[in-house]
Amino acid sequence: MPTNILMPALSPTMEEGTLTKWYVKEGDDVRSGDVIAEIETDKATMEVEAVDEGKIVKLMVAEGTENVKVNEIIAVIAGEGEDANAPAPKAVTPAPEVKTSEPDATRAPAPVAFSVAADPEIPAGTTFKSQTVREALRDAMAEEMRRDEAVFVMGEEVGEYQGAYKVTQGLLDEFGPRRIVDTPITEHGFAGLGVGAAFAGLRPIIEFMTFNFAMQAIDHLINSAAKTRYMSGGQMASPIVFRGPNGPASRVGAQHSQDYASWYAHIPGLIVIAPYSAADAKGLLKAAIRDPNPVIFLENEMLYGKTFDVPELDDHLVPIGKAHVLKEGRDVTLVSHSHGLTYCLDAAAQLAEEGIDAEIIDLRTLRPLDIDTIVASVKKTNRLVTVEETWPVCGIGAEIAAAVQAKAFDYLDAPILRVTQKDVPMPYAANLEKLALPSAADVVEAVKAVCYR
Amino acid sequence: MAPKSSPQKPASKSADTKAAAKRKSAKPDISGSPFTLEEDKEAYREMLLIRRFEEKAGQMYGMGLIGGFCHLYIGQEAVIVGLMGAAIKGDQIITGYRDHGHMIACGMDPKGVMAELTGRAGGYSKGKGGSMHMFSAEKNFYGGHGIVGAQVPLGTGLGFANKYRGNNNVAMTFFGDGAANQGQVYESFNMAELWSLPVIFVIENNQYAMGTSVARASAQTNLSKRGVSFNIPGEQVDGMDVCAVRAAGAKAMTWCRAGKGPYILEMMTYRYRGHSMSDPAKYRAKEEVAKMRQEHDPIEQVRVRLLDAGVSEDVLKDIDKDIRAIVADAAAFAQSSPEPDPSELWTDIVAPLTGTGA
Ligand SMILES: Cc1ncc(C[n+]2csc(CCOP(=O)(O)OP(=O)(O)O)c2C)c(N)n1
Ligand SMILES: [Mg+2]
Repeated sequence: MPTNILMPALSPTMEEGTLTKWYVKEGDDVRSGDVIAEIETDKATMEVEAVDEGKIVKLMVAEGTENVKVNEIIAVIAGEGEDANAPAPKAVTPAPEVKTSEPDATRAPAPVAFSVAADPEIPAGTTFKSQTVREALRDAMAEEMRRDEAVFVMGEEVGEYQGAYKVTQGLLDEFGPRRIVDTPITEHGFAGLGVGAAFAGLRPIIEFMTFNFAMQAIDHLINSAAKTRYMSGGQMASPIVFRGPNGPASRVGAQHSQDYASWYAHIPGLIVIAPYSAADAKGLLKAAIRDPNPVIFLENEMLYGKTFDVPELDDHLVPIGKAHVLKEGRDVTLVSHSHGLTYCLDAAAQLAEEGIDAEIIDLRTLRPLDIDTIVASVKKTNRLVTVEETWPVCGIGAEIAAAVQAKAFDYLDAPILRVTQKDVPMPYAANLEKLALPSAADVVEAVKAVCYR
Repeated sequence: MAPKSSPQKPASKSADTKAAAKRKSAKPDISGSPFTLEEDKEAYREMLLIRRFEEKAGQMYGMGLIGGFCHLYIGQEAVIVGLMGAAIKGDQIITGYRDHGHMIACGMDPKGVMAELTGRAGGYSKGKGGSMHMFSAEKNFYGGHGIVGAQVPLGTGLGFANKYRGNNNVAMTFFGDGAANQGQVYESFNMAELWSLPVIFVIENNQYAMGTSVARASAQTNLSKRGVSFNIPGEQVDGMDVCAVRAAGAKAMTWCRAGKGPYILEMMTYRYRGHSMSDPAKYRAKEEVAKMRQEHDPIEQVRVRLLDAGVSEDVLKDIDKDIRAIVADAAAFAQSSPEPDPSELWTDIVAPLTGTGA
């Protein structure tokens, strides 16, 4: 029976790609492991190998075809002595549903929209361009590097490889290897080196391929970067940015799926930022690079490819330490940051259908925490639900709950509830991972509980 | 190719044929080749099983059946197969995330490995670990670790336990050329030599750490010398030649078992596929990969030896067929095994606490 070769996926989130090249033609004999084609996405190139011995009887997709869907049949192979003209079987049943953290589009209403232009920090009349978070972060670094010669980027695969997640794409071309520095895999070493360079007056941006690997370096982030200003009586400091993706990605298991927000937020001497939108990613990263303090800048892989309006300003800075009301509402306050906001925006749409009007606050900065904005909202809505993609114990939600009950106890009409990841290491299995992560449904449930509905 | 290292010497053809001619005399012990015909057949089988398994894993990834990261071992098969050929019962294995080949060579069931890749209940970690995090207490396989370099002190600890217990076992600790730059590797080297721990540090130098070649990341590109200041002996080995690997492994194990402390083996090898599935493939030339495949393939080397020794194509085809069946079974099992029960989310986190009687 002939075998279908299907368009492969290069990552759990890939939906389509370009078939850039065929290495075989119809009639060719191939052996298992022979490279037969090359496919490409914006992030990666992959060679497709024959998985069986046989003759290529048909190429179904022409070389150079773009937007070939994953699992589409791209070629048919017939084995020895097989009837090449026999109909190929139907496409192999593809994977059970591949999990992404995107909302279940079939069932849920579209997430509520929010307008970047409504941000009071952005001058009236500003025009906007559509950008991904990934591009906004790169532009932030490029603009600051043009402005200040002391700014440089260092990390694993930031230069020639163009960034493991492509955030530093193009920077090596513009700034050269003196300022875009590829390191060996030696996080503890280059984090400490960065702090030393900052002591000496440079402005390092240290990229961790992901924050999971910053654990190798955490001693320097805390003992060297955070505490030196204090220990030196203000003589010496480390104006440095440690940045990279943080929090759960998709199907990468326990050692690669952790949110460290509360770890760093615990430390006096550090600034901790975790933006959601591309506009904030850009404005806050620029502010972080200029800030005289060590900044932990927590990005999120699931947000890198998401598109937002970004103001077209010469110098778009977002103030550190200020939360932002993404959506105003009367009935309940939702507080979150980074990817956690996707659950809030989805939940708010569902809640709206049920007549519950949620206010959504994007914390943006986690240390210092903008408690005033939260308290002002709670005084209006009298109900609070916090949402974050980490474990509940000693999390950001716990901190907010403590601060709000102290400052607005009399305004609360219900206990503060926290929506978090389940209190277990991140499992790999698709179904368990879904159960471990927070969801819009969890947010809806918590809101209903605090609204007594 | 990393400029400063091109150690893979093609096996000398004439030596091969000479050895083959001797082996035709049916006597298994042949000077000139450390492998008997049976051993060659076994090595061929093992390496081919790993390769076919990995090809299937790559295919299943492409279909969305495997998620996240998936690091294939294709091209490096001779390293683990050669070393396992020199190991004795009870020797431990620990490695990073490029671990499927090690597990299969340890005797772990391809079905359980593949089912872990698909995140199913029949996987070695019940679907909870995934490609990078798998273990088998029974087979002395200590993982499967996702953090580059972390396995090195862990492996040193396995060696510590061997010495502490006074058993005769060796801990084989595998890591990459990129991992060799982590500080904890040198902390481990120092302790291992200081306390004469039976650990073989196996550096699988496949020339690249993601997109970074050895020369772009290492001041000393001869990684076998990385133990010099700790007085740990080390050597570079042609890691594409399963015979050379086994011979070097046997020597290192003799050293360790004699109580002389650790040993470094730098296995010069090559990965044919991308780092993980999502690889820009722009950091090396296609010709470089093709040349490795054509001139140094570890499986092809043994295949040629077997054919030279008079083994018929049909015999090799039968081996191939057997392996295909094993891999097809593993793939079928990995798709039919159910997803883990939702209750598994809450198991294996902590054991019952001491004193609670729970
Ligand atoms: C501490 C840490 N830093 C970075 C990474 C990301 N990472 C995973 S594999 C890898 C390259 C490792 O290369 P090498 O040690 O040569 O092993 P190979 O992949 O070639 O087998 C990197 C940078 C990680 N998993 N852990
Ligand atoms: Mg390597």
